Amino acid sequence: MHESIIRKPLVTGTPDMHTITEDVCRPLENPPSKAWWIGFSLAFAGFVLWLVSFGYTTWVGLGVWGLNKTVGWAWDITNFVWWVGIGHAGTLISAVLLLFRQNWRNSINRSAEAMTIFAVICAATYIIAHMGRPWLAYWAFPLPNQFGSLWVNFNSPLIWDVFAISTYFSVSCLFWFIGLLPDIATVRDRATGTRKQVYSFLSLGWTSSARSWIRFETVSLVLSGLSTPLVLSVHTIVSFDFATSVIPGWHTTIFPPYFVAGAIFSGFAMVQTLLLVARKVLKLEDYITIYHIELMNIVILVTGSIVGVAYLTELFMAWYSGVEYEQYAFLNRVSGPYWWAYWTMMTCNVISPQMMWVKKLRTSIIFTFIISIVVNIGMWFERFVIIVTSLHRDYLPSSWAMFYPTKVDVSLFIGSIGLFFTLFLLFIRFLPSVAMAEVKLLLKHSSEEAKSKLKKHNHVAEPTVEGGKVIIATTATIKKGESNEQ
Amino acid sequence: MSNKKYAIGLYDDQDILLQGIKEVQNNGQMIHDVYTPHPVHGLENVFIIPRSRLPIAAFCFGCLGISCAFLMMWYMITYDWPMDIGGKPNFPIVSFIPILFEWTVLFASFGMGLTFFLANRLIPGSTPRIMDERATDDRYVIAVEVNDENEQTVSSLFRQSGAVEVKYKTV
Repeated sequence: MHESIIRKPLVTGTPDMHTITEDVCRPLENPPSKAWWIGFSLAFAGFVLWLVSFGYTTWVGLGVWGLNKTVGWAWDITNFVWWVGIGHAGTLISAVLLLFRQNWRNSINRSAEAMTIFAVICAATYIIAHMGRPWLAYWAFPLPNQFGSLWVNFNSPLIWDVFAISTYFSVSCLFWFIGLLPDIATVRDRATGTRKQVYSFLSLGWTSSARSWIRFETVSLVLSGLSTPLVLSVHTIVSFDFATSVIPGWHTTIFPPYFVAGAIFSGFAMVQTLLLVARKVLKLEDYITIYHIELMNIVILVTGSIVGVAYLTELFMAWYSGVEYEQYAFLNRVSGPYWWAYWTMMTCNVISPQMMWVKKLRTSIIFTFIISIVVNIGMWFERFVIIVTSLHRDYLPSSWAMFYPTKVDVSLFIGSIGLFFTLFLLFIRFLPSVAMAEVKLLLKHSSEEAKSKLKKHNHVAEPTVEGGKVIIATTATIKKGESNEQ
Repeated sequence: MSNKKYAIGLYDDQDILLQGIKEVQNNGQMIHDVYTPHPVHGLENVFIIPRSRLPIAAFCFGCLGISCAFLMMWYMITYDWPMDIGGKPNFPIVSFIPILFEWTVLFASFGMGLTFFLANRLIPGSTPRIMDERATDDRYVIAVEVNDENEQTVSSLFRQSGAVEVKYKTV
């Protein structure tokens, strides 16, 4: 493998393999910092809030939510779709970028996948909560009629969603765990006492032998190939929840691609939010570089533009369809009582990512952080706009209504963010947050050190080995007719 | 358990490692295994390892998954209890597609994952035979089974080819 020196380095500074191990293992082997404790306390308080509001909802019933007979689906499904969408970036980074051989994914895939799993857990809490009687959640599974209900209806996109989300969650966990094995083994080989036993158990006895690496790479590649259509199918099916209905504003064929692009858009924003903090707190700036941030911003720019085009297409199709109901649904979105939600969505999702065209902005950490929050707010409003504005003024003007979230609704949402960060902070405390083995793989060819060495020797050919030493050919030796591969 | 003695050569560079493997093999020594902190591309060409057959396993499990999904849905909605939902057909093949796909992926992934665990003997609680603990950190390790005869040859081969350290381990 030889990489052009023109490509920007993926590892900056001068770490060797041992430094990578040290840097990644540091948060696991030392007592957590003050920042971690503060973050964890806040997140855990949020989680407690979630427990309380979830318990209250279950005890009293769904009447404690702000739903009414016109808007029968609002806050919970908004948050569900928001969380599932956020999850998609992790799979995109770990699977799609692997298929496209984008090596910059190597240092961010671990935490992005963790984010996927935790986001899907948060999404799942809404599925359970909105059932009202969570102890009957098993009714969603295809169980014989004797279990209380009939066989499930396979014509319903909601049941497809049950299969899609559960498959997505379990396959993501498997992919994540297999990727973790070599790194858990690294932690195991450094640990002592009880920690050694725990990590030894988790590593399943990984030996890093040549054969196991071959199988490891094969499995990673095939799992990526499977996860890529899977991640596209999941948000497609989520969009079917709406698109297969006959509600104006939902009944559109543009939904699947539009939802998938939006999911990746919001997911990358969340990855930015998390990583910008994590790289600073965990001191991983050499592995998660400005270049990584810039590349992710470009993904945000591309997917944000797709989302923008989708919004405009929706408006155009509503007008062009000539269907009064459809036209009114969109007129109501733009200028009805929820106009502020629509325009928040438009500003956050269409205008803000366009600023990423400016190189100075997309390489600025503070600006990226602000935009990542703005995008997440915008994508939350997108789901809110799609769901609530399409429902609140239905076919019968006498039943038109507004949706107002109650305190329980808001607590559940804040609580789910608490749950997410609780899990994420535990993850960075107990598991290696950067895929060490995969970053070590890059070190020889893609690091700043390797590239500057090559530049210094004014050199363009692959290093060779002679007598137990690596020889870097200089221009002089190449002229003599040695290999000149690029 | 029989006690086997291994000579272990530790290298600090992947290219030197590949050269080392070549030299050890060219001198007629059988390499027990190579341990590396990260996948080394090109290693399989030097230390010959057959291509993994895991993708075949994945394909077979995928076929099993799609068949199971089809049988399940057909049994439930067509055969066992045909439901009339809005007058829609009882054998809606198009509605089956999403779940057929999901179960193909589910079975293929987990089938291949479990095969991977078994093929690598990755079992919870198993004690791995660790040649050198730095093989998961920053050393590339070649292990050769040795006896009194070839011990010297192997260790000098390691040294000549650029090993930073040579050790012995009895397992």
